Amino acid sequence: MSEATPTSGKFSIPAKLPVLVGGALVALAVPLVASAFWLQTGLFAMAAAVGAIGLTLLIGVAGQLSLGHAFFVAVGAYGYSFLAGEGGGLGVGGGSGLGWPPLLAMVGGTAIAGLAGTIFSPIAGRLRGIYLGIATLGLVFIGQHLLKNVKPLEPVSGGFNGRAVPEFEVLGFRFDSLQRLWYLGLVLLVVAYWYAGNLKRNRPGRALEAVRDSEIVAGVMGVRVAMAKAQVFTASSVYAGLAGAILALTFRHIVPEAFGFVYSLDFLAMVVIGGLGSVGGAVLGAAFVTALPLALNQYADVIPLVAPVGSGGFDAATAARVVYGAAVVLALMFLPDGLAGLRRRRRGEDNGTKHTRSAREEIAKAG
Amino acid sequence: MSYFLSLLVSGISIGFVYGLIALGFVIIFKATRVVNFTHAAIALFGAYVVARTHESLGFWLALLVGIAAAIVVNVAIDVVVLGNARRPDPGTLSIITIGLDILIGAELRRQIGFQTYGLGDPWGTGVIRVGGSFIPQTRVAAAVIAIVVIVLFALVFRFSNWGVAMRAASEDPEAAALMGVRLRRVSIAAWIVAGALATLAGVFFLTFPGGGVSNLAELAILGAFPAAIIGGLDSTGGAVAGGVLVGMTVTFAAGYQNEIAFLGRGVHEAAPFILMFIVLLIRPTGLFGTKELHRV
Repeated sequence: MSEATPTSGKFSIPAKLPVLVGGALVALAVPLVASAFWLQTGLFAMAAAVGAIGLTLLIGVAGQLSLGHAFFVAVGAYGYSFLAGEGGGLGVGGGSGLGWPPLLAMVGGTAIAGLAGTIFSPIAGRLRGIYLGIATLGLVFIGQHLLKNVKPLEPVSGGFNGRAVPEFEVLGFRFDSLQRLWYLGLVLLVVAYWYAGNLKRNRPGRALEAVRDSEIVAGVMGVRVAMAKAQVFTASSVYAGLAGAILALTFRHIVPEAFGFVYSLDFLAMVVIGGLGSVGGAVLGAAFVTALPLALNQYADVIPLVAPVGSGGFDAATAARVVYGAAVVLALMFLPDGLAGLRRRRRGEDNGTKHTRSAREEIAKAG
Repeated sequence: MSYFLSLLVSGISIGFVYGLIALGFVIIFKATRVVNFTHAAIALFGAYVVARTHESLGFWLALLVGIAAAIVVNVAIDVVVLGNARRPDPGTLSIITIGLDILIGAELRRQIGFQTYGLGDPWGTGVIRVGGSFIPQTRVAAAVIAIVVIVLFALVFRFSNWGVAMRAASEDPEAAALMGVRLRRVSIAAWIVAGALATLAGVFFLTFPGGGVSNLAELAILGAFPAAIIGGLDSTGGAVAGGVLVGMTVTFAAGYQNEIAFLGRGVHEAAPFILMFIVLLIRPTGLFGTKELHRV
């Protein structure tokens, strides 16, 4: 490895620069030309991408399976809406709140989601693997119940019919159009991406990878395992909370149904399709899983196989779920590292250690 | 008091049905260490096949057809999908089943649409009077059949070659393979048994007073996941015990919902999961699960 070849290895930033600049220009120019539909789809995808980055840190980097991401997204969404909502009046749909400035409310809602993650982390720390997965699944069901049915929470949740989401503004600048929200989402996504990349590359990321590979070895190496797990759970929930705030701003009215079991599975599909542990992959996966059903629905009359709901054919939502369900299955069958692994393989970075089969697997296969 | 008793009996009887679902889940886990997230969807699928065929075939034949259909799907999952994965570690395979659940669930929802199908079982809406309280006949039949199946399974598991092979495989796959246990066969057999149990349980879960085969059913069946976790994922007896606990919790939470209204209406839907949290806090591997040992 000589330093005269700047395109190989880790120090390839100059080679990436044109791509980055190009991407940034496109992202900045989109609101000038795109229709409202695509802007909204893009915003949903950005929200999902922020959440998926958090989940890939948790599942991919730290090896903690979570099926409850939608719960923390809901905490962020409702947290923002309640903190920023008009004080007092219980209007239709329960739009009440504390009347905080929206920026503060966004920080607050995100922090509450993080706090929820911290509160959950002692449970998470005790459980391993699949037990953790199903326990977090429980969070989603309990969350749905709290939001839909529990009377004392109704000023926050608005009950079954959901609640209105107050508009976002910073120092009097109102984000009252999809164009403006697009830029807000873009800034938040870039910050989220940058932070996760740093976290993954530096000491905390390495500690988490050690925990993923073997808790005992990590402990011996001086990683405080319980602490590391609690931290990554909190960080992932913070990401989910921020995703919730963006999602709420795009929806303008949130209902409990939006944050159910299905949404949690969607998040898992995003990080798996993208490649577990890959921040860039999570963003790609989020864009794919979010945009597919919306796009299929929008162009239902042009795409041959898609039929309206109830006609017996494949409606857009079903078709999309079949496609990305199959994508998850095929990705894991043939590309266990997802889209990100494909790119790594092409660049020849994959040193193969991950693919070395253990004797146990060989036996399992041969048996 | 008679109200309490009737809740108790109906809770235990639906508990055995939860136990049947959890048992199928645990069998696959024990044999292969794969957590099968499609299990709830398969149970609904089996029940759906019964619902669509019982008019022309009669209930019992339809039940056999439903069981056969679920077995075919399960074997296809194990042989075609999981058997061909590039990296066959249990974690990856478990997440593949989540992908399959998205796929199967979407298609099933489309097939069922907005309809609710009855299951055409011979007991209908009949009830039995037991000391001043009423128990639906279907629940009694479910409990009887569930107990028979569970006992049968326990005997097979304990004494047959297959049972021994499976326990060996779950104890130590490497050693079992070296002793001549064919792990592929053990795995396929586990998926077959799980498919049969899923259909059987799905039918009894959804028949009167369960509300029939509809799109709401899958989420209700998911309540059996906590049953498996509460009992301990690798304990077959635990699955049944967990099922009974979940069944009683759900039934009591629904039966006394006016008394516990401060928890919100419909708390019984979340109750299995709340119970699961409490159990997991005290015993992280469930009531009867074996503690993992770690060798460095």
